Amino acid sequence: MTQKLIVIGAGMATGRMLENLVEAGADYDITLINAEPRGNYNRIMLSPVLSGDKTYEDIITHDDDWYDLYKIKTRFGQFVQDMDRAAKTVTLDGGEVLAYDKLVFGTGSNPFMIPLLGHDLKGVIAYRDLEDTQRMMDLGSAHKCVVIGGGLLGLEAAAGMAARGVDVTVVHIMGHLMERQLDEAAGYLLRKALVDKGITVKCSANSKEILGKDGHVTALLLDDGTELPCDLLVMAVGIRPNVKLAQDAGLMVGKGIHVDDQMVTSDGNVLAVGECVEHDGAIFGLVAPLYDQAKVAAQTLMNEPAQFVQKELSTKLKVSGCDLFSAGDFADGEGREDIVFRDPARGVYRRLVIEDNVVKGAVMYGDTADSNWFFGLIRDKTDIAEMRDTLIFGPAFQGGAPIDPLAAVAALPRDAEICGCNGISKGQIEDAIAGGATDLGAVRSTTKASGSCGTCTGLVEQVLAVTLGDDFIVPAAASICGCTDMTHEDIRRMIKSQKLTSMAAVWQECGWKTSCGCHLCRPALNFYLLADWPLDYQDDPQSRFINERKHANIQKDGTYSVVPRMWGGITTPDELRAIADAADKYMVPTVKMTGGQRIDLLGVKSEDLPGIWADLNAAGMVSGHAYSKGLRTVKTCVGTDHCRFGTQDSTGLGIKLEKELWGSWTPHKLKLGVSGCPRNCAEATCKDIGVICVDSGYQVSIGGAAGMDVRETELLVQVATEEEAIDVIKAVTQLYRENAKYLDRIYKWMNKVGLDWIEERVEAEAPALVERFEISQSIYRKDPWAEHAQTKADRYQPLANLTLEAAE
Amino acid sequence: MTDWIDIAALEDVPARGARMVKTALGCVAVFRTADDEIFALDNACPHKAGPLAEGIVHGKSVTCPLHNWIISLETGEAQGADEGRVATYAAKVADGRILLDRAFLRARAAA
Ligand code: SRM
Ligand SMILES: Cc1cc2nc3c(=O)[nH]c(=O)nc-3n(C[C@H](O)[C@H](O)[C@H](O)COP(=O)(O)OP(=O)(O)OC[C@H]3O[C@@H](n4cnc5c(N)ncnc54)[C@H](O)[C@@H]3O)c2cc1C
Ligand code: SF4
Ligand code: FES
Repeated sequence: MTQKLIVIGAGMATGRMLENLVEAGADYDITLINAEPRGNYNRIMLSPVLSGDKTYEDIITHDDDWYDLYKIKTRFGQFVQDMDRAAKTVTLDGGEVLAYDKLVFGTGSNPFMIPLLGHDLKGVIAYRDLEDTQRMMDLGSAHKCVVIGGGLLGLEAAAGMAARGVDVTVVHIMGHLMERQLDEAAGYLLRKALVDKGITVKCSANSKEILGKDGHVTALLLDDGTELPCDLLVMAVGIRPNVKLAQDAGLMVGKGIHVDDQMVTSDGNVLAVGECVEHDGAIFGLVAPLYDQAKVAAQTLMNEPAQFVQKELSTKLKVSGCDLFSAGDFADGEGREDIVFRDPARGVYRRLVIEDNVVKGAVMYGDTADSNWFFGLIRDKTDIAEMRDTLIFGPAFQGGAPIDPLAAVAALPRDAEICGCNGISKGQIEDAIAGGATDLGAVRSTTKASGSCGTCTGLVEQVLAVTLGDDFIVPAAASICGCTDMTHEDIRRMIKSQKLTSMAAVWQECGWKTSCGCHLCRPALNFYLLADWPLDYQDDPQSRFINERKHANIQKDGTYSVVPRMWGGITTPDELRAIADAADKYMVPTVKMTGGQRIDLLGVKSEDLPGIWADLNAAGMVSGHAYSKGLRTVKTCVGTDHCRFGTQDSTGLGIKLEKELWGSWTPHKLKLGVSGCPRNCAEATCKDIGVICVDSGYQVSIGGAAGMDVRETELLVQVATEEEAIDVIKAVTQLYRENAKYLDRIYKWMNKVGLDWIEERVEAEAPALVERFEISQSIYRKDPWAEHAQTKADRYQPLANLTLEAAE
Repeated sequence: MTDWIDIAALEDVPARGARMVKTALGCVAVFRTADDEIFALDNACPHKAGPLAEGIVHGKSVTCPLHNWIISLETGEAQGADEGRVATYAAKVADGRILLDRAFLRARAAA
């Protein structure tokens, strides 16, 4: 006798399963129940419907004629409320009771709504079905929408609405978009493409509350206080398998409804397919495996042997102009070879991860034409030993050209500024070359490019090489590290002229050969980015050496030293008492006077750092940055306060300077000295910046050294007042921050650019330099100890203490 | 059979960073890569016992904070010209939690 089959949910999985069943002529009397008031449609194509590329009619997969043809009874717009497994019946919301012999769950999943305050306001929706899509389509241009979630779904929603003229902001909690499918480099390119579409993208942004008025959403409030006004708020942050009905009916349920390899649940008469199932610990959110499940379920229902096997998955994004592809496992590392190809001109990024001659994973952006070929290699575990060298170019280019070290410069637009000193663009240099200037000297004399500080010389040479081809050979210059062919100077110019504000941007636009840098380039890039874009770039502690990450100097035994600031070398009995108390309390083994006029507490345990800092903070002291590539000390002498020879208040000026400059990061450490007269008791003339007070004012000199090299400073300028001295020092510090190579002290930088150049710039631009210094200090002139003691103290403790845990 | 000990949440260790776990027989460094993989190694560099948990993590390697030896997180071997090796322990992430194989407490006793 024909058996009764009830299918709950007309989704993508059950649609496919029904096709398999009826096409094989299975002997079932089928009833299909769907809560949505419609039959099966292609849910993934809601995005093209939203963007206007398709209509709903285009994406219907099964219409009434089809259900009629195969005599499938439908109950659309109705909802299964109850299931009685003993009686083998289900009850619909209207009260109708239907009996079954076999039943299939295809209930899909529910969008997860973050339970933020205000999530129940009107105008807060998910992106799951046609109703949601219609809400977004109805919004109309000149309205604002916020999308929470920078994953596949959120971005498709954002791009669809942007295509309709809506002002869209995407708020994403992680550091880069689609972080589960993409690495940082691809995430950077994707972000750039979306921003070009007029979408505002906020990463590392935490939502705090949804604000409303009269029961309707008006804005999203972030936890940094930013308010993003909106008329509609779409949450696309994830899905949860829809298991409630199955759970109430007593089926075995974990994250999803448990099924075996035949798609049978813990009840032999009940099957499940799609996003509602959990198979071997995994749940599913893409259609490819659901189709495999549908086929297996249909075969099981027809008593044919079949087995569902999980396979590698790949992801694409259905946003026009954003070609991306990701598949497999693309974690990099040793034992695994990473092949990276970047074409900055075309915005192309490709990365393959290879292990034992097999491709394990792939991420691609910009040109994904070969993605299926690569996906095939991953799935079939093809041995690629033979084609390894040219693999990255894809199937058509086996034997293609090697990666071009000049690609980054070749990609620059004509208006990209190459020489910052003289404002010379790439186009002007190209014109000069076309006009007959075919070597560096000629370009320099016709355009002035690289004629001033000279740090752009490498880039000018590369423009020559790109323009003249084989007729010009670029002199070899030391690159930052093995990740790039570019020098520190090249990179600094690229960061400025191309407005690169993140590490991922530098890696891509400068053609990094690794996916994410190394311990040599990352600290340098971190400094360059924060020095050039203090407001846009967020300091990355993980790209800093331990001393700067933990704000203390690591010792040979793994303990730390703690040096509080003593402004200008002045202290008080109270400060000394607090230091003595801290030394006692934390059992500090060594207390030493440093060469920088302050006290070093050596041998403090990592766990004790937040505590000792909090105690010193309470006594009014802050970090001395004795560990930083930044302002260290301003050494002073007693000056007019006490000394019979003092001409000016050298101690007072030293304190003022230290209070203005502290907290700033510089290419290498920065030490100052202020002496009250030319007897120079503060040794100011062997500091990075020294001030000698004289009757008529202040002699500011720079470029001293007393470490591995010993050098006397050279006079930069003499000024009449303290204010002028402070401004000149800020200006030269900023010039140093903006131009020097990472790990060059001032004297080394001065050797390269020349004192004359520094003098000219300070004279011409001091106010602007001082202003930029102050903007940076608005972020960085603060005590890191206080911040860490208050908010990051747990990071200084062991992650876990298992000292009392037994081995067995 | 592996007996996993739940150590902490994945977020407790910064990406491209490390934290240290204390045991009765010394410290173990738990690393998290940019791709959210977890590795556990003795927290003592084969060179002069530098605390590896304080190094810079790049790819699946860490650079020791004391004298810049580069240690593979997968094998514990020093890279390049340097020679030496630190012990590694089984570690994994499940449901956002970091798990270490209890055997590491034993293995340390034997070492
Ligand atoms: C604590 C102190 C020695 C002391 O007991 O007096 C010291 C200690 C260290 N110095 Fe120094 N320097 C100290 C004053 C100096 C001075 C004298 C001065 O500042 O007046 C110099 C010469 C002046 C100069 O800077 O040129 C000095 C030149 C160096 C150098 C060589 C720099 C160079 O460019 O030639 C290094 C190595 C480096 O920075 O790369 C260095 C590096 C170090 C380091 C940070 C080594 C390291 O990387 O771990 C030492 C940390 C010890 C620790 O465990 O805390 N230290 N160091 C002094 C701290 C001053 C302070 O209060 O902040
Ligand atoms: C906008 C969008 C774009 C997407 N893009 C892609 C893509 O590009 N690639 C990709 O692979 N995947 C994509 N997906 C995911 C894909 O659509 C899903 O994986 C797939 O639709 C899941 O199919 P399903 O049959 O399990 O559930 P669904 O298709 O969700 O169907 C479940 C149905 O069951 C009904 N139902 C639930 N409970 C009951 C009940 N008690 N009684 C009656 N009916 C009930 C629901 O109303 C629903 O209609 C996208 C999803 C969305 C929303
Ligand atoms: S001179 Fe400086 S770096 Fe050298 S041992 Fe002394 S403190 Fe350390
Ligand atoms: S102790 Fe690690 S490199 Fe020296």
